Amino acid sequence: MPQLPNSEKNEIPYQELLQRAAPNKTRLEDLKTEEMILNIGPQHPSTHGVLRLEVVTDGELIVEVIPHLGYLHRCFEKHAEALSYPQILPYTDRMDYLSSMNNNMAFAMGVEKMMGIDEQIPPRVEYIRVLVAELNRIASHMIALGTYGLDIGAFTPFLWTFRDREHIMNLLEWVSGSRMLYNYIWIGGLFYDLPVGFEERCREFVNYFRPKMDELNRLITHNEIFVKRTANVGTLPLDVAVNFACSGPVLRASGLKWDLRRVDGYSVYDELEFDIPIGKGEVGSVGDCWDRFKVRVDEVEESLKIIEQCLDKLQKKYKRSPDFDPRALCPPKARPKAQEYYVRAENPRGELGFYFIADGKSDRPFRCKSRGPSFCNLSVLPELSRGILIADLVAIIGSIDIVLGEVDR
Amino acid sequence: MKIDEIKSIIEEKFPNAIVQSELEVTQPYLELGREALHEICLFLKEDKRLHFDFLSCLSGVDYGEKEGQLGVVYHLYSLIHEHGLVLKCKISREPGAESLPSVSGIWKAADWHEREAFDMVGIRFEGHPDHRRILLPEDWEGHPLRKDYEEAEAYHGIKIKY
Repeated sequence: MPQLPNSEKNEIPYQELLQRAAPNKTRLEDLKTEEMILNIGPQHPSTHGVLRLEVVTDGELIVEVIPHLGYLHRCFEKHAEALSYPQILPYTDRMDYLSSMNNNMAFAMGVEKMMGIDEQIPPRVEYIRVLVAELNRIASHMIALGTYGLDIGAFTPFLWTFRDREHIMNLLEWVSGSRMLYNYIWIGGLFYDLPVGFEERCREFVNYFRPKMDELNRLITHNEIFVKRTANVGTLPLDVAVNFACSGPVLRASGLKWDLRRVDGYSVYDELEFDIPIGKGEVGSVGDCWDRFKVRVDEVEESLKIIEQCLDKLQKKYKRSPDFDPRALCPPKARPKAQEYYVRAENPRGELGFYFIADGKSDRPFRCKSRGPSFCNLSVLPELSRGILIADLVAIIGSIDIVLGEVDR
Repeated sequence: MKIDEIKSIIEEKFPNAIVQSELEVTQPYLELGREALHEICLFLKEDKRLHFDFLSCLSGVDYGEKEGQLGVVYHLYSLIHEHGLVLKCKISREPGAESLPSVSGIWKAADWHEREAFDMVGIRFEGHPDHRRILLPEDWEGHPLRKDYEEAEAYHGIKIKY
């Protein structure tokens, strides 16, 4: 039995310490004769990170799933109370690390609103923000789609989506200097203007990428094995989704046209044209795993539309000019007046919210709570997975598309 | 629906429930007493005019030793009427008094949020079906988002303080 090196009470076995720190909720004596506890994770590829699932099974059937979180808890909220607003921005990158631009944007929008400079942000800045956020949304959905194939045994789509995602990574690296954790959208502006020639390259990418989605659809979305594996599995009724405050593609797949980009029309989204795809139950019932997958596929198309419109605006109406300074409004010291503000924005996974309390006396927030979409979407998992097969559990987790960096923060 | 209309609907049904309200700020809020909290929340969800079916966020807050209060802030939204509401409920910081009725029976989304508020701020929720810590280990000492939180020297022999 391994022992912890510096433990004061070295005589306590490691297994017992583990049981104290992360005990199972189900007690062995409460189990029925035919039931047993199966532990999945925290190191398991199908949990998409460090999620531990305590599964009570009856043969192949699942009686109860109890998620155990916190393996990736990095004290975002505690750190935020000790840092000034611009310093917190890089920490938001690390929450949902697959969509850093969207996180930056939500946080920056919130602080700008509190500072009262949200109306003065130049349109070029806003369009660049939307452009990079949508690029990041595609990249994030590509991971969701690719790894979902991987979860249920299709390897090729994963390679194809990652090949295409790489082009977005290159574009965003060119913009921000970083591949994943961009810290590009700043409070009051941007880190830099777009590099010269970016618009043209981005348009090239859009033209390259559009046919790839048809390929992906032919490869996996309408593939018979894939449909058999996902249709009518993990059906999430709309009322349950709303009750659990699911948002993003999970809520839309259950049939509700609900997208904060349209509802709130923040930034310049109200000037852009795009549709909101919802689950229709084409091959199964509304709100099943296939619908959640399809909604993401359709959203990629919509994001491409948005990107093209942004590029049009950036090349014609709000052109690059030598005296454009994207940092002109960035406050040297962000000190909002005493107030409370809850900002929300549409992340690739749903509603990302930040609740700030500013006391007006310091540069640091008094309280900064973040509401991660993955956190709320994951909470519906026990409800979805009662009485299903273990193999379907993997399909359901993948279709919810969680990022543990945001669940645990 | 405007915030003053929502307020008057609540006041009509529960005359003395709103302790304090701030309507002139960016995001207006209503502060409720803890006694009627559960009833009002149920009313907010069930009433056809209000229909707050979506609990966006639930945050536990420690207002500091000077104020001597803890609080929970509820951000509600109605998907049908597209209006929002911020509710607050403050309780004493005295040990033993820091408890509130759970709303997880009304909005299931509150389940994990309340567990997080308990984990981080140390607010207990009466009637919660699964009252455990959520992000920190089960045997962690203290609640880190308390303003007077002091971390322990070590956790199972692992150094915490730096």
